[in-house]
Amino acid sequence: MIAVAEIPIAVPAVRKAGNWLLVATVILLSVWVLLPIYLLTVNALSSPEEVTAFPKRFFPSFDIGSLSFFINFAGVGRALWNSVLVATLTMILSIGFGAPAGYALSRFDFPGKGTFRFLVLMTRAFPLPLLALPLAVMFIRTGLDDTAIGLALVHTTLALPFAVLITFSLFSGIPVELEEAAWTLGCTRLQAFRKVILPLALPGMAASAVFAFTISWNEVFAAAVLTIENRTLTAFLLQSLGESPLYLKFAGGAALVIPALIFIFAVRKYLFAMWGIANR
Amino acid sequence: MAEIAIKQVAKRFGGFTALHQVDLTIADQEFMVLLGASGCGKTTLLRIVAGLETPSQGEVWIGGRRVDHLPPRDRGIAMVFQNYAVFPHLTVFENIAFGLRMKKLPQPEVERRVTRTAELMHIEQLLKRYSGQLSGGQRQRVAVARALAMEPDVILMDEPLSNLDALLRLEMRAELKGVLAASKTTTIYVTHDQVEAMSLADRIAVMHQGRIVQAATPVEVYRNPAARFVGSFIGNPPMNFIPATKTANGSWTVAGLALPGPKSDKRKIEFAIRPEDVDAGDEGLHATVRVIEPLGPHTLVTCDVEGGLFRAILESNAAIAVGDHLRLAPKADRIRWFDPETTNAL
Repeated sequence: MIAVAEIPIAVPAVRKAGNWLLVATVILLSVWVLLPIYLLTVNALSSPEEVTAFPKRFFPSFDIGSLSFFINFAGVGRALWNSVLVATLTMILSIGFGAPAGYALSRFDFPGKGTFRFLVLMTRAFPLPLLALPLAVMFIRTGLDDTAIGLALVHTTLALPFAVLITFSLFSGIPVELEEAAWTLGCTRLQAFRKVILPLALPGMAASAVFAFTISWNEVFAAAVLTIENRTLTAFLLQSLGESPLYLKFAGGAALVIPALIFIFAVRKYLFAMWGIANR
Repeated sequence: MAEIAIKQVAKRFGGFTALHQVDLTIADQEFMVLLGASGCGKTTLLRIVAGLETPSQGEVWIGGRRVDHLPPRDRGIAMVFQNYAVFPHLTVFENIAFGLRMKKLPQPEVERRVTRTAELMHIEQLLKRYSGQLSGGQRQRVAVARALAMEPDVILMDEPLSNLDALLRLEMRAELKGVLAASKTTTIYVTHDQVEAMSLADRIAVMHQGRIVQAATPVEVYRNPAARFVGSFIGNPPMNFIPATKTANGSWTVAGLALPGPKSDKRKIEFAIRPEDVDAGDEGLHATVRVIEPLGPHTLVTCDVEGGLFRAILESNAAIAVGDHLRLAPKADRIRWFDPETTNAL
């Protein structure tokens, strides 16, 4: 008979180890996310000479040489305009379709409601590269290729599930009695929505719109496949920065990342709310 | 004139029947309380009258006009919700004015009505506030003021006091009664609180499992329950029930006591009496005392009678001890009889 000696570990020791693990994980994740952003920002705000120099400076010199060169780089202005146009269209389309869907999900019981919610999420299950070729062929046939609205449609498909889920949680958070009270006080369904629900849901809907904007702004694959002349900023950078000097890459990267970061930061409260609901 | 007539109204949710062909007529300016335990269908019935729920069958008439196909806004009603439903993005003033603005009343008229109803509900100092800055009781007042400002034919209230604490509820109850009587509207008021129902109602409709069991004045409902359920639901403590057996000469034996009762071809029926309608004396029902609860003005005594629980409210000076044997004499004019099969009064 072999006696297995189990050495009991003191509870405080375990707790301490757990704390260390937690702290280490938090630091690791933060560095993982923050370090590239930091390097990007520092290098974008340094002069072209400093970017290639060594050792690196910890604080940027706030030289806008790289950025101004990037802005004046041929085609950047046009690509930037395309990005804003496509992102704005995506924003309008996803809220235009997503908000009514979210409202219906939160207020009505209809056959297939569960399936519908599932299918909304399922649209995210298909990898875009898989769809890109048939999509490109279809777009060329219908004449949607290389247009802002065509790309916006694809981006709307990507953004729509989030728009539906955010607005669903938003409308669910507004008591149905408020709407019913408005009906008894003389409102039609539409008036009640406009006078009571909309003012209460507006901040969240704006957040959902900004999120859709950001998804479109960051999307590169569909943009690269479906546009040739009317490149968005991401697709343009993917195409042209491969051969550009390092400082230009940093400036381009910063120009892409910083707006997206600011947008997401502005609407973080509503995104947490969405995930809180989606986790249930 | 706004008489409400509910004719053969039924409501089914899928396979579940919430209301079984309910008939109820509420006279102009009457205060009708729908009373019942949760899930009895009282709120569903109220929402059908309001137009927030569509009946599966039947008709709803308000003021001689059939309204069951009309949206809530065209029914001449105003409603007060359990959770108040005060619009959080509007001030108290704009909340009360909301329905008036929907009616496109001129501004001076809006201001006159808002001021008047705010004074009536004692919230004139809160008009500039938002719902988030109000207490529960104040929100309740805003909700009532908003309904009153509409000067509706009918006010519907869905458990309006149930979210308030006990003291505030008592205060609001008395105030509501006064305000609603002065407003001369017809009122339907839903509650599960029998004290609230008794104190407010002109008539109470007692509901049970999707049916109206009895619709009568509070005293009638209390004194002459139409069914066993009403007797057991209303009154605290509720009515006592004892099986009765027919004797050869047509009278009934109740716990060894022979009582004259109704004519019935049944062999067994039920005897019922309210706890306060018995006197301890030399004769009556044989009872063994189990629990004694002195309540101040009187004493609640729980006994065994014929193997069942029997509650009696006796004078508080009665010297009784646990285990005592008592004779409880029922007051003859307060005895009620029920058919155990149909549970209806005989």
